[in-house]
Amino acid sequence: MEALYAITTGILTASGVYLTLRGRTFPVVVGLTLLSYAVNLFLFSMGGLTTHGAALVGTNENYADPLPQALVLTAIVIGFAMTAFAIILAMRARGDLGSDSVDGSRTDREDPRENKA
Amino acid sequence: MQHLPIFPVLLPLVTAIILLRKREGVDPVRRTISITATALLVVVGFWLVSRVAGGETLVYRLGNWQAPYGIVLVADRLSAMMVLVTALLALGSVIHASGGEDNQGSNFHGLFHLQLMGINGAFLTGDLFNLFVFFEVLLLASYALLMHGGGKSRVQAGVHYVVLNLAGSSLFLIALGVLYGSIGTLNMADMAERVSQLPAERQGLVRAGALLLLVVFGLKAAILPLYFWLPRAYSSAPAPIAALFSIMTKVGIYAIFRVYTLIFGAQADGLSNLAQPWLWWGGLATLAMATIAVLAARDLRMQIAYFMLISIGTLLCGLAMDSTASRGAMLFYLLHTTLINGGLFLLADLIADQRGKVGTRIVRSRKFKYATLFSALYMIGAMASAGLPPLSGALAKAWLMSTATLSEGLWLWPLLLLSSLAGVVAASRAGSTVFWRYSNGDRVSERLSRGKLVGTVLLLSAAPLLIVLAGPIGGYTQATAEQIADTGQYRSAVLGDVTSVTPGASADAD
Repeated sequence: MEALYAITTGILTASGVYLTLRGRTFPVVVGLTLLSYAVNLFLFSMGGLTTHGAALVGTNENYADPLPQALVLTAIVIGFAMTAFAIILAMRARGDLGSDSVDGSRTDREDPRENKA
Repeated sequence: MQHLPIFPVLLPLVTAIILLRKREGVDPVRRTISITATALLVVVGFWLVSRVAGGETLVYRLGNWQAPYGIVLVADRLSAMMVLVTALLALGSVIHASGGEDNQGSNFHGLFHLQLMGINGAFLTGDLFNLFVFFEVLLLASYALLMHGGGKSRVQAGVHYVVLNLAGSSLFLIALGVLYGSIGTLNMADMAERVSQLPAERQGLVRAGALLLLVVFGLKAAILPLYFWLPRAYSSAPAPIAALFSIMTKVGIYAIFRVYTLIFGAQADGLSNLAQPWLWWGGLATLAMATIAVLAARDLRMQIAYFMLISIGTLLCGLAMDSTASRGAMLFYLLHTTLINGGLFLLADLIADQRGKVGTRIVRSRKFKYATLFSALYMIGAMASAGLPPLSGALAKAWLMSTATLSEGLWLWPLLLLSSLAGVVAASRAGSTVFWRYSNGDRVSERLSRGKLVGTVLLLSAAPLLIVLAGPIGGYTQATAEQIADTGQYRSAVLGDVTSVTPGASADAD
């Protein structure tokens, strides 16, 4: 299970980093989302992976660490809010700057829809 | 008053909730509430400083949970000082904002107080994950405040700022994951206890986590390869927000200072002082780059942003010089630069109001009425920033340089003096263009907002005041540095006589 878990986290992180480095705001937002998924998975595993063990002391010999579960919940909530904000911001930037390029320049690629109008 | 350490967090929170009730518009009532609450925060700041000045460390256990299990707020000399300087800066900014800037968009005052809550929380918390949460609170408020009033340049700077900080938050969480997985706790005092007893095979992992954390804090503090977001964001933000942001980089400096002295300080065996070389060379490089950039700035606000980067470089060098004396000097410099830089951002806005379309660009403009007053204020701020006597910058820089050892001084002295020279050149050139060179045409007089002027003067008055009160303030920063060096006191205050155990930590299991 550890290998599968590690590979999943790794692929998510790699995809997230790749997309975050793209030049347009939509892939960047998706990249950040993937990155935050990867981070949540990573955070979840930081207390060690335990199977068939509830996070309760005393009911079972083999119990999971409850702290990462609490931390990851906080991280998910914060990450969710931040993603929502980033999407709205990307929309606003598209509207205000007339381009969805991250540096706001219109010259690098013309939008075909604007040429028609 | 056993609840005193949580006041700086609760007061802005309650104020923000009250102010957020009605969404649109700004009226005198809201401004009064906002200014009163900020003034109260100054009072709380002074109270906190007077309580801890004797050397006591106040520990506030939320929900009365024992330290390694529950979250604690810790107020020692350093935290109390940072809370006080935040409150003073915020008072100047909020008075300035009430001069009209707060009307440009919605919810200015509510967001402003939420940001104060995040900043104060970050200074007071004794738990690394809690630090992350407070970082997010202050960042979320700052995202909205940065774009207050809208406009192309703000949105564009905002996109960069938000994306960078979201990536930074992800790194922060990864670092926390690594550190929790290998040390088994996130309470800073408990981490400090355990880090010295780490088995050798875990040290590499902890080192990776600690340096990853340095990247995150470096992004907030704007160390050389990570500072490129700062000039644009700060120069396009509304003036009172830019002024408040001058404490945000210091949140990063504070976090570096706290984590790398308390947890990875001298007592941490194989991991001791692992950030120092990075801070030293990063600080010097930041100083060098900002020195060049300040000469190239074509806009007054951009120039002030680079003044701020010079101060960041200086602070980092002060942090990296591993002696109590230089840290005392560094903290004095921090007080000076936070307030003066904030004041300069406010002043730039006052000047922009008068100059019409030209704004703060360093070019010829129409004549304006209050040029004499503004040029006097600008001279005070610029002299203090560059470090000319008799104002506070000169004392702070001289004190810092005098604490350098020979090998450190060889690098620090020339760079710091050159940066001061560049500051003087840049400021005098900008000042003579803005205040003395006019295009033809009639003199115009825009209305001078009294609130804006009061806020600006309040912050810039730190320059002479820090000199007049240099004795007691310098003594306090020196005592702060000594308290920081004695990490045992912090640990015993937080942990009491509880032996260090955390339930379920896999660090013990495998």
